[in-house]
Amino acid sequence: MIHNSSAIAVAIFLLFVGAVLGLSFYLGAKAKSSKDYFTAGGTIHWAVNGVAFAGDYLSAASFLGICGMIAFYGYDGFLYSIGYLAGWIVALFIIAEPLKRLGRFTFADALDNKFNSRGIKLTAAISTLVVSIFYLIPQMVGAGALVQPLLGFPHFVGVITVGLVVILIVVSAGMVSTTWVQFIKGSLLVGLCAAITVMILARGISTSPKGADGTFAKIFARDVQLADLTKEPAKAVIPPSSAWTNKPYVRILDKATGSVSVWKTEANGTLFETQSITVFKDGRRLVNGKPQGKSEGQEDLKPVGYAYRLPDGAPETGPLGPLSFFRTMQNTDVILWGSDKITEKDGSVTNIYYQKPTPGSDFLTPGSSPTFKKVRSNKFSDKLDFLSLMLALFCGTASLPHILIRYYTVKDQVSARKSTVVGIAAIGFFYVLTLYLGLGAMTSGMLDVTDSNMAAPLLAKSFNEVLFAVISAVAFTTVLGTVSGLIMAASGAVAHDIITNYLKMNLDDFKKVRVAKIAAICVGLLAIVLGILFSKMNVNFLVGWAFNIAASANLPALVMLLFWKKTTKQGITAAITAGMISSLGWILLSAQAYKDVYGIDPEKAIVPFSQPAIVSIPLGFIVLVVVSLLTAKKGERKTAA
Amino acid sequence: MMAGLDFKTPVTKEQEDETVVTHNARLGILLFVVYVLFYTGFMGLSAFHPAIMSTPVLGGLNLAIVYGFLLIAAALVLALIYMMLCKKSSQGSKK
Repeated sequence: MIHNSSAIAVAIFLLFVGAVLGLSFYLGAKAKSSKDYFTAGGTIHWAVNGVAFAGDYLSAASFLGICGMIAFYGYDGFLYSIGYLAGWIVALFIIAEPLKRLGRFTFADALDNKFNSRGIKLTAAISTLVVSIFYLIPQMVGAGALVQPLLGFPHFVGVITVGLVVILIVVSAGMVSTTWVQFIKGSLLVGLCAAITVMILARGISTSPKGADGTFAKIFARDVQLADLTKEPAKAVIPPSSAWTNKPYVRILDKATGSVSVWKTEANGTLFETQSITVFKDGRRLVNGKPQGKSEGQEDLKPVGYAYRLPDGAPETGPLGPLSFFRTMQNTDVILWGSDKITEKDGSVTNIYYQKPTPGSDFLTPGSSPTFKKVRSNKFSDKLDFLSLMLALFCGTASLPHILIRYYTVKDQVSARKSTVVGIAAIGFFYVLTLYLGLGAMTSGMLDVTDSNMAAPLLAKSFNEVLFAVISAVAFTTVLGTVSGLIMAASGAVAHDIITNYLKMNLDDFKKVRVAKIAAICVGLLAIVLGILFSKMNVNFLVGWAFNIAASANLPALVMLLFWKKTTKQGITAAITAGMISSLGWILLSAQAYKDVYGIDPEKAIVPFSQPAIVSIPLGFIVLVVVSLLTAKKGERKTAA
Repeated sequence: MMAGLDFKTPVTKEQEDETVVTHNARLGILLFVVYVLFYTGFMGLSAFHPAIMSTPVLGGLNLAIVYGFLLIAAALVLALIYMMLCKKSSQGSKK
């Protein structure tokens, strides 16, 4: 879809982003040294720190990805909300306090503190790099999704812009995402989402939603007979070429206008209107047979998303309460959208977006999305993907390199606990809102069928341009903050852990910073490339992968270090390596990577499901125990001798 | 100076009573187990009995929505319980 930008939206956006960046620079500049940075944190109030937890944790993925997934598929997106929050239980009850007793809050330092092993330093640093990069990808993809409807730029321009701005920030100023900036972002994001939720409830659900400018959403034709479509002499069925044979589609050419409409044949023989976009090898793009554009003689994909049958056949509900909203949605039939791809011999590709009338009772239970549809199958093996993801989300939070560091910023354990509770409250409240936001977007009449990541900003746009600009700006600055933090963590792993500690290169502070800056540029450029490469994937799904890798590589080592006295340094190194390689390899060989990254038939994928955690986390534990027992025996023998 | 680079900054350790540490650790594990059971129940029902999740259970809302919201609420409630009981333990030791 081509998105038009408005001057007022762009002005508000730039003003807001500028203000937050200015504040970041100002506060960042106050932290002259690492010591200043960490010790200054000791004065932060636990309540502020708790909201800052939310600012840190609620990345672009939480806002864009979950809302998009719920808007496109229903309840399955909410499973991520549940899993992300549950992860805090592991962090609070199992990991945080023992780590604080060790006096450390990063994965690498906790391990290093006990063993001082070069092997651990190297593997922990590589693990930090890999997790940071995988966490960076969805942030970059999300940035592109934000810039596209707001500024009217193509997706890749958004990705490149964010990448370059962040590299500039990190390299020139060494910006630290301070607690106060995260506090402001966290409060604004949660506050704005609460406001939008109230607006969704006040608006209710309609079978013909209209946008902020008063235009009604297009209602697509359903249950049409072929004879009715070809009544006019100018309209004729296009005989199916080889690529279209045995496909449930009928193409109708309008000889008068040259447009081609594609209709999907349903089981009962009636036809449903679709939207199609054909991309030729020379780059030409046709939407429904006409050149893509907004001018005369051109056509663009139409925004979608509306209820087609409300309870009691009413055309609209009027304002709804927080519970009656869900009750109504459960009894409402909504037009969701599926997609299909047809490749011709000449290399041209037609993407077809077709209507999927879906009852609320279906999309508000698990298994309604392509990702998790297999939970409704009767085969046990089909359910592993879902179980594996829920395990990864549960175990991943406490394994993310940048999350536990925030415990530094409060003075004592009581404050740390209090701020965690505030964090869980803010994050939990936000995740409750995601279900309202997603379902509100689903019926807003504003969705872009080509990109689920844009659902939340477009929902805001359905109310008014100012809200759209502000929410986009908040989300965009969240991306900037998260990306800066991740690039800093990754470059720190290179300069501090690999160059200084592993390679034992004696660098002074100046050289160390220079190495880190070069590493930051490399990681930033890599993130830009990956952000463009993964642009079609739901950002939430990508974050799920980052959680899988983090949980597989880091959690077994962390838990066993804290709770099993026989853990050895060799066991730790082996567990990190095994967890990281197995989860990363699994992801790269999964059906989802085949389909969305390489463009290969997903049926050819080597591994049976896309989420590796259910295999790679236990593997990490087993490897750690076996290697620790083997190496401990060696040590004992030596001592005895 | 890139402040975020140096994770080796000395951190002041708190003076802790061993009994308080043990009490808090046990409490943490207990509450963790409670939540794991609750979470496993959700995963099990979603994976093996997804049809049950569409059953209306509370105020007309289906089990999937109610259970999902309860899991989010339970995380907060358990965190509050943890905070309160940890505090009591600490005060007790001071006495």
